[in-house]
Amino acid sequence: MRNIERTFLALREKGKKAFIPYITAGDPDLETTGRLILELEKNGADIIELGVPFSDPMADGPVIQRASERALANGVTLHDCLNLVKQVRRESKIPIVLFTYFNPLLSLGFDNIGPALKEAGIDGALITDLVPEEAGEIREQLASSGVDLIFLVAPTSSDARIKMIAEASTGFVYAVSRTGVTGVRQNLSEASSSLVERVRKFSDLPVAVGFGISTPEHVKEVWRHADAAVVGSRIVLEIEKHIGDRAVVEHVAALCSSLVLS
Amino acid sequence: MQAAGKEAAMNQFYEVPDSGGHFGEYGGRFVPETLMQPLEELAAAYEAAKQDESFKNELNHLLKHFVGRPTPLFYAGRLTEHLGGARIYLKREDLCHTGAHKINNALGQVLLARRMGKNRIIAETGAGQHGVATATVCALMNLQCLVYMGTEDMRRQALNVFRMKLLGAEVSGVNAGSKTLKDAINEALRDWVTNVGDTYYLLGSALGPHPYPAMVRDFQAVIGRETRDQIVAEAGRLPDLLVACVGGGSNAIGLFYEFLGDTEIRMVGVEAGGRGPALGDHAARFNGGRPGVLQGTRSYILQDAHGQVSTTHSVSAGLDYSAIGPEHARLHDIGRVEYTSATDDEALEAFQLLAKLEGIIPALESSHAIAEVVKQAPALDRDQIIVMNLSGRGDKDVNTVAEFLDRGE
Repeated sequence: MRNIERTFLALREKGKKAFIPYITAGDPDLETTGRLILELEKNGADIIELGVPFSDPMADGPVIQRASERALANGVTLHDCLNLVKQVRRESKIPIVLFTYFNPLLSLGFDNIGPALKEAGIDGALITDLVPEEAGEIREQLASSGVDLIFLVAPTSSDARIKMIAEASTGFVYAVSRTGVTGVRQNLSEASSSLVERVRKFSDLPVAVGFGISTPEHVKEVWRHADAAVVGSRIVLEIEKHIGDRAVVEHVAALCSSLVLS
Repeated sequence: MQAAGKEAAMNQFYEVPDSGGHFGEYGGRFVPETLMQPLEELAAAYEAAKQDESFKNELNHLLKHFVGRPTPLFYAGRLTEHLGGARIYLKREDLCHTGAHKINNALGQVLLARRMGKNRIIAETGAGQHGVATATVCALMNLQCLVYMGTEDMRRQALNVFRMKLLGAEVSGVNAGSKTLKDAINEALRDWVTNVGDTYYLLGSALGPHPYPAMVRDFQAVIGRETRDQIVAEAGRLPDLLVACVGGGSNAIGLFYEFLGDTEIRMVGVEAGGRGPALGDHAARFNGGRPGVLQGTRSYILQDAHGQVSTTHSVSAGLDYSAIGPEHARLHDIGRVEYTSATDDEALEAFQLLAKLEGIIPALESSHAIAEVVKQAPALDRDQIIVMNLSGRGDKDVNTVAEFLDRGE
């Protein structure tokens, strides 16, 4: 059984839901990212979404754009992200999902993508600008490498699209809570619960909800209907707030545990 | 390529794009899921509009009476004499209303947006010509218009920023990345993905996810159709060589598309060679780029070894872009179109040459095509014919050129 599936199963047996924080690899530096993964795990994270910095993050709002810029200014590459995960694997088995745009992955050389991710210890890939229609060969490749490929559904997706996406996904399905880019929001979109219900019509896979989830109340609300809550920009904002502070990891860990308190 | 091979390639060619927008291995739709349904709706609306006589009639009426089509095909006699080779004809897209070919596409898409019931129009712009064209048509149709533009481009194309504002559009400066066209497209995509319900994204070049590359090409293909009639009427035969500059590639595909099946006609697309061959110093995607995925489509991209998209440089804002339209990638790979580049200096020289010899101040973008004509014409016979797409006028560029000339003195 794959790591992500096992994690969701174990949580389900305990009657619990998953918490998935997002951080950008190399923000503010790779060493801190490594420590963050380990501390997030100790403070309530069940799965880690690890962002690969990209020059043109068209699906991201200002917070994650800035994180990407900071990482790129440090010269962080996809190879660095993979090496980082290799190192983390000496100490942790927490499922790690690579959150990336397609172009950096392609730079590995098409045939190398699955093996490289597998070798690094990556459990799943979520490719922001890849939809199932364009994913034929990469799907097969990741499947044969034992790496889950997670697709997104959006409030604009038709039932026909949701069915296709649910069938193409492995590990879990990621439901985008609202139209728009990533970012911190005051209110949780009401559209997300009905989107989760629509996914359930077509799939038994766990459903994670992300985009705009920023408070413990949001997390609690998401957990009422979905299997996992993803918090990205709020966590990245906390990192940004404490850049240069030796206690950045502690601050982020404290935020993480406060988000899952409910 | 052998003639038979070319023909076989052309037969394949007319099948493209497929229903998913693929030009061979290029094109497609690489977007966040949120945009997939809107793109499918857009493709369906465009297919329906194409079949609708009233849509075509309104478009043609406005192309004639508002844009001023057909644009002339002008025999550049003094330039021909100066270069001492092939006869040179200029397709005068610079004489379109607003001063460039961009309005052909802006008009078509605004009519489509209105048909789809979208009343908020967003656009990106590099040189500002697409932004001005979009603002113009939105004023005509009483639609709200927001144009994203890199702040570096706003600086060097200040005249066009002012024009857009006069036309009632809002111009939103984009400070990310190299602060040019690529960054403006990212921001327009972010706006669209957020406001997808009431907003129409009016993409200005043959770029982005399907259906944009094919739709923009179709709206620009009027350039080539007119050229065929005009050159046959004027010279009694088809041209030997077509030349156009290539940023995203809409003016080039607009001229070339009509002639792709005429396999005896050579075609050259001219990219921006900038200030040199190092990555970051130019925008010659076929000379340093490799296939990848950017902003919704698979095509040639200037990028580093790790898939980070490179910044570009060109004296011309309209060519200053890291990727190229996917149909050009296909035309490049099958060898139907040759791609070359002209440097900043060559373009600036060509700019002055055309002004002095023909009384036409060309856009810096189009000046790259002129620079290629300067290289090609002397090697051709006097009875051969070159048609070059003079895609825009150069009023917007006079400050840039003045700065350059001052530096040179």
